Amino acid sequence: MIATAYVFAATEWARVFLLQDYNTRVVLCGTMILGVASGVVGALMLLRKRALVADVASHAALPGIGAAYLTMEAIRPDSGRWLPGLLLGATISASAGLLFAQGMRRIRRIKEDAALAITLSLFFGMGVVLLTWIQSLPTGHAAGLNEFIFGKAAALLASDITGIAIAAVIAVGVVALLRKEFCLLCFDAEYAHAGGWPVTGLDLLLTALVIVITVVGMQSVGLLLIVALMVLPPTSARFWTERFEPLVWISGGFGGAAAMLGVLLSALVPKFAAGAVIVLSGSFMFALSFLFGTQRGLWWRYRAMSAAQRQIALDDLLRACYEILEPQISSLEELTEKPLTQAALLETHRWSPARLRPLLRHAELADLLRRDSQENWRLTANGRRAAIQAVRYHRLCELYLIHYADVPLLGADRTADAFEHSIRPEILEQLETMLEARSPRLMIPANPHAPLNPMVGMPESEAVS
Amino acid sequence: MADPISPLSVHDLTVAYQRQPVLWNVDYEAPAARLIAIVGPNGAGKSTLIKSLLELIPRATGEVHFFGQTYQQSRHRVAYVPQRTTVDWDFPVTAHDVVTMGLYGRLGWFRPVTRAAKREALEALERVGLADFAKRQISQLSGGQQQRVFLARALVQQADLYLMDEPFAGVDAATERTIVGLLQGLRSEGKTALVVHHDLQTVNEYFDDVLLLNMRVIAAGPVATVFNAENLKRTYGGKLALLDQVGHQMVLAGRPQ
Repeated sequence: MIATAYVFAATEWARVFLLQDYNTRVVLCGTMILGVASGVVGALMLLRKRALVADVASHAALPGIGAAYLTMEAIRPDSGRWLPGLLLGATISASAGLLFAQGMRRIRRIKEDAALAITLSLFFGMGVVLLTWIQSLPTGHAAGLNEFIFGKAAALLASDITGIAIAAVIAVGVVALLRKEFCLLCFDAEYAHAGGWPVTGLDLLLTALVIVITVVGMQSVGLLLIVALMVLPPTSARFWTERFEPLVWISGGFGGAAAMLGVLLSALVPKFAAGAVIVLSGSFMFALSFLFGTQRGLWWRYRAMSAAQRQIALDDLLRACYEILEPQISSLEELTEKPLTQAALLETHRWSPARLRPLLRHAELADLLRRDSQENWRLTANGRRAAIQAVRYHRLCELYLIHYADVPLLGADRTADAFEHSIRPEILEQLETMLEARSPRLMIPANPHAPLNPMVGMPESEAVS
Repeated sequence: MADPISPLSVHDLTVAYQRQPVLWNVDYEAPAARLIAIVGPNGAGKSTLIKSLLELIPRATGEVHFFGQTYQQSRHRVAYVPQRTTVDWDFPVTAHDVVTMGLYGRLGWFRPVTRAAKREALEALERVGLADFAKRQISQLSGGQQQRVFLARALVQQADLYLMDEPFAGVDAATERTIVGLLQGLRSEGKTALVVHHDLQTVNEYFDDVLLLNMRVIAAGPVATVFNAENLKRTYGGKLALLDQVGHQMVLAGRPQ
């Protein structure tokens, strides 16, 4: 019995994933095309900082659907479910909603977010009233207009797909053709305006694309969730790239992938509404991108941060070693010869033994410190070089902060710029002169090509200040 | 009517937000091949002036001519450097991409960015000393570097008149020197720059002409004749501490070497 159950499950999986089912093929095709188009258009919307517009457009489409149904029924009974007519109604009322929101923003004291929220609830409220009324009509119950709210991806027909495909191809085509113009619009609309680009026209075109995607997407994902399919893919894509065009296409890819995953999962578990599963798949991709995205993913940031922290801790340890030995030596070569006790190390930095132990182990593994026969620590040749470098950096930084804190660093990005590359060269030169005056030994390893400085320390009074 | 040689001539320009005017009856003729500072207190309408010249905000009345033509006709001869804070620096573009945007107008509709355009943009980045930063996403640049990216974007337009909104605001000394060098280079090529400037102490050093503005033109002309304590007092009202500083600066500047 159990074996048959397994065989049944396996064939079920194979049936779904090998696309043997005609219906699954149709649904998959349609929603994937829709996913790609909404990812692409959504990317522009998000970068133009108008993500909410899509939400308003979809909610505002509902009364249009109801009104279109009633109009068509009035003209010719039983023709109310004619899809192109319903979609036309949806388009008109979505556009009306956006114009309404736009108009309301002209009134002072109503901010954009408030205008959008008012429009959304007003239009959606009207839509719900119309739809409940239609439900009470004798023919209305079978109209199935509720499907527009939650979507009916699993029940898409080949004829629906043609419409979706045409709309999606047009939308993607327009974006491909105008990617340069849209990039400029999204980044700096004012500059685009000054350069003679028709900013209002481009914005209108973008809004039109959003309305088209929203209206065709309502059939499969539903108007409540279509906004997610426009916002999740580009937000996810942002974690993988720092460029505009790749962002747009990756976003399209994510949209298509989310749609595919959602349709396949809902085909396996028919009790789950496909639209919702598609959106959840999109959210799953967002979570993955947020964690592992190569450009800004949390995982990479965490790795970079802990590596930086470890480096700072090691530098502190090496600096402590140098500073303990500093009074005992007459030349830098002697650094490797003197022992360092654990007690002395604990003293200098107020480390706890629990904190110091792993640090020492780490330094030993990195061949910076070694243990001698008396269980004391000694710098290795590597460690000596690293210690001198660390002290030099530290003292340059200190001098910089004392004397030039008002001069901003050249490099803005701590992860990308070494300290010495972020100070202006002439200031670095002055800092080095000061450092030389205070601790002449430290100059030698940093300037292997410069003529050797005398090893004699200058009296403190002559130091540059 | 309008002098065809003058890069910018403004006649009777009034700009109003809602019903409250922010600029009154501005009359101004910009001389060619000069570096001109627009100076005035906060809220004096300096940015408004530049934006209304570029038709970014509507004018209530007034006529503006660039090189004797309307802005529509002479757009390719005018380059705009907006304030750095007007854009989102987290936007997914590199420094190189932003500079390339200055060439979109010349490329025209639908055309993809050509290799030649990319090379030209890179050369402009070199001119502002940022060749090494071309591939950086723009949020990884310091404020001064971002400002220089904006300048490079205007430079590739190869315009004859540059309108700059506070390019010196919040930049480091290296950037300030780069900008000054660029401005002087532009002037030697016979080009004109109108620069909104907030640092009174450097007006003498950086600019040839000055336009003192406080909702209307207080005075305009060569720095040597116009930029004096009396005019500044009329522009700023009674902020004496500030004026003393500038006075001191002017004494220093006027002292024989």
